[in-house]
Amino acid sequence: MTQNRPWIPYLLILPSVAFLALLFVVPLVQTIWLALSDNGAPSLANAERMVTDINFTRSVRNTFLLTIVVVPVQIAIALAMGAMVSKVGRGRETILWIWTIPLGISDLAAGLVWLSILQNTGYFNSLLFSLGVIGRQASWLSYQTPVALFIAIAVAEIWRGTAIVMVIIVAGLNQVPKEFKEAAEIFGAGPWTRFWRITLPLIRPALQSALILRTVLAFEVFAVVYALGGRNFPVLVGEAYNWQNQNQNYSVAAVYAVLIMIISLAATLIYLKALKVDPERLP
Amino acid sequence: MADIVIDRIRKSFGAFQALKEVSLTINDGEFVSLLGPSGCGKTTLLRIIAGLETSTSGDVRIGDRSIIGLAPKDRGLAMVFQNYAVFPHMTVYENVAFGLRMQKADDARVKAQVEKAAGLLHIEPYLDRYPNKLSGGQRQRVAVARALAVEPKVLLMDEPLSNLDALLRLEMRTELKTVLQSAGTTTIYVTHDQTEAMGLSDRIAVMHNGVVEQVGHPVEIYNHPATRFVGGFIGNPPMNFIKVPVSNGQVAAGAEQLAVPDDVGNEIVLGLRGEAVELAPLPQGIEMKVRVAEPMGSHLLLTGSIHDQPVRVILPASETVKSGDTIGLKLDRRRITWLSPESGKSFPAVSA
Ligand SMILES: Nc1ncnc2c1ncn2[C@@H]1O[C@H](COP(=O)(O)OP(=O)(O)OP(=O)(O)O)[C@@H](O)[C@H]1O
Ligand SMILES: [Mg+2]
Repeated sequence: MTQNRPWIPYLLILPSVAFLALLFVVPLVQTIWLALSDNGAPSLANAERMVTDINFTRSVRNTFLLTIVVVPVQIAIALAMGAMVSKVGRGRETILWIWTIPLGISDLAAGLVWLSILQNTGYFNSLLFSLGVIGRQASWLSYQTPVALFIAIAVAEIWRGTAIVMVIIVAGLNQVPKEFKEAAEIFGAGPWTRFWRITLPLIRPALQSALILRTVLAFEVFAVVYALGGRNFPVLVGEAYNWQNQNQNYSVAAVYAVLIMIISLAATLIYLKALKVDPERLP
Repeated sequence: MADIVIDRIRKSFGAFQALKEVSLTINDGEFVSLLGPSGCGKTTLLRIIAGLETSTSGDVRIGDRSIIGLAPKDRGLAMVFQNYAVFPHMTVYENVAFGLRMQKADDARVKAQVEKAAGLLHIEPYLDRYPNKLSGGQRQRVAVARALAVEPKVLLMDEPLSNLDALLRLEMRTELKTVLQSAGTTTIYVTHDQTEAMGLSDRIAVMHNGVVEQVGHPVEIYNHPATRFVGGFIGNPPMNFIKVPVSNGQVAAGAEQLAVPDDVGNEIVLGLRGEAVELAPLPQGIEMKVRVAEPMGSHLLLTGSIHDQPVRVILPASETVKSGDTIGLKLDRRRITWLSPESGKSFPAVSA
């Protein structure tokens, strides 16, 4: 039927294309123009203003550091969780359901949860105090304790963002027929070899999706950091927010936005190249 | 020594009993086929021997040692899976080499073994390819090569040739038989194909509904099935079962009187292979009404009835019987199996 009327598929996808063009491409072009122009003429003045700001280098460093620490830990934890839950028979659904709870919590709420734990009068200090580890309230989230602050933010991010990785990886693991692992087992592969030589290569597509998604989201980290560290721990999106709201400088905020986009695209490309999924080698 | 003793194995999946007390002994170096209809528990039994499934009760021993608690890799066996389970992310070469690599064999040995197994199964042209691009039959041969390459003491094969064309299957099964025999490999071979089982096996175990109905030499199983199921399952056409009246410990077949086992009631089931008859004039022979006569070239296949019960018999191609004829048949009394009408089990052979 569609052979006679080849325009029908196009007609059907037109609304979604128009919707995206209107709400995505137009603002994108506007943002890029806003970032790269000054008084209506092309200019790098905003970019210069961004890089000379004292918080710029710190925010780039913090964002990358956080991504490099958080993403691999999340992948490792998700793989471990996925491997464990695949051994469970009854109650599997319930366990998965509990593990995905953080998925339903907004990142700001997640930040506030961890704030209530880690602030000076929080649960963590109460616990340490009652165990006699500390004599008086310790502070974990101030600019004087950058390492503790970093760890706190990383832990909160890992807690909040691992569920989505796990969901993707569990879906990937479900795609792998159990006979592959069984065959490997019969021919003498131990659990570790089976994981590295059979399971991991076979869930490559899921791994790739999880890595791309988590890395892009990690570069956009904001609410958790803002709740726990405020401006003590500048990150890229936080800086964009500050330039936009505090400084009312939309142009520099736009440069930050463009920078984040470029980093995300680059990361995606690197993953696509590095973890190339050869359709010939899939089950 | 690698004889396998399967001792009263039971397996339930929930309320469903897949295996109901299966016992079977496979001698060192013996080739035993598991033959039976779909769903009778063949794969389940292999998986229990391999350690991929835990039995509900019972024991499996290899060479006097119970292996029931051992991990699959410590049982010293290789297996060909029903759905191949050839690794999609490795080349055919690496697939075949997998077991040897796990044993940390050196490259020279790996190469020699892979080439030997690949040559045997005619898969050398595909060694550098990925399994995804191979046909079902080619993949199946990779799975067999992977198992042969490790030269196992015990080999479990789950319908390893089911996807090959008739010609290749015939060739492969002869080569398999030769290789396994010269290596003295103890083999359990699952198949649906009875001619394959008859041709390859030292002994056949016929399974039905989670029970081994009979174990024996192919000819013995063919001629003297232990149960009505086995007689009907093995052979083409299947064995005929005719319920006949018994008087004075004898059954009349035309003018002849056939002795039946002692202690039977007034009815017995006569199990008759289609080719264990010859044409005889009436009334000496037993009367058969021929409904359809089909000349098959090598023989003549007759479908009809004896004592109003359906039968199929085979006569030499030279006989001229037509559809609708009534003929007389002389039964080869040495090849008659007597079965109980109630239990369906056969009586021990009666000496003529
Ligand atoms: N994991 C399982 N859970 C529940 N039932 C199962 C399971 N595995 C097998 N069964 C059942 O056990 C019975 C025997 O299965 P099995 O796979 O051993 O049959 P099979 O003889 O190999 O059949 P086929 O010739 O079709 O391969 C079947 O009725 C099947 O439905
Ligand atoms: Mg099976």
